[in-house]
Amino acid sequence: MSMSENRGGSGLDVDSIPNGPGAAAILAAGIGCAVVGILALAGDASNAIGKLLNFYNPTGTLSGVTTLAIIVWLVSWFALNRSWRTKNVSMGWINVAAFALLAVGFLLTFPPFMDLLQGK
Amino acid sequence: MEISTHDLWTVLHGMGFGALFMLAFSGALAELYRLSAPGAPTLPSQREKNLMNAYLVAMVILAWLTVFSGAYIVYPWYRAVPPAGASDLADYPRRLLLSSGKTSEWHNVGMEWKEHVAWLAPIAMTMVAYVTMKYGRAITRPRLMRTAVLGFAVAAFVATGVAGAFGAFLNKYAPVRGGSVIILKEGER
Repeated sequence: MSMSENRGGSGLDVDSIPNGPGAAAILAAGIGCAVVGILALAGDASNAIGKLLNFYNPTGTLSGVTTLAIIVWLVSWFALNRSWRTKNVSMGWINVAAFALLAVGFLLTFPPFMDLLQGK
Repeated sequence: MEISTHDLWTVLHGMGFGALFMLAFSGALAELYRLSAPGAPTLPSQREKNLMNAYLVAMVILAWLTVFSGAYIVYPWYRAVPPAGASDLADYPRRLLLSSGKTSEWHNVGMEWKEHVAWLAPIAMTMVAYVTMKYGRAITRPRLMRTAVLGFAVAAFVATGVAGAFGAFLNKYAPVRGGSVIILKEGER
């Protein structure tokens, strides 16, 4: 067996697997994380948005924040995967975007940073 | 020896799902690094790949069970609203914490961060599992895919650590109580 055979988990030749589906999953994960943070901030900053995000009263705003974040994550993953499934894309830019979005997710869920943005 | 149903679900959420997910990280990170380390001398066998895939799928399931059980079973008990004029807030953890300046930040910072940041972990871990299962050692070509997979796995670990640590502290200062009592064993005295 040559080194180019069966190196991927799928058993395919490594060079024959486009990186598009992987890039789509990576970028979509970043988008999902960022949306958690953005909606958490929006729900905290605005009572009206907070009430709109109250999908399930016992859980409150958190129910809408997480439900919408999961939907946006899965829809963006599906859409990106459709666009890139047979392509090779620039992983450098995908990584920069995905890590930036991940950082947005961490920062916007951190209450002192949320308060700072709202001038509290 | 008895436990309430609320206590039991809290333990299941924190220790049964969350802590087990966190414990699994050391194995996953070591295996992900070994799998994709530059110049790794051997290719994993099919059995090793299957084991790794099962391990990652189990982690993803644990991650989602942790956040869903937390948000939809335990959290409603945490944020329960006491009746007007209630003086004993022991069964209302959120209100108990907010009733004193010495404990209010455990809610305002601890719970507010924990309840949101925890959701980054299953999203990140699902991606890590999918990419690893699809590409195997091919994530090293180009190496940037490996960087993303390892980076998001570490981020999931950090998010879980934040949520788990605050969960432990919150349960110390304002435990979720109540529900039916389950008697595990009768004592002699």
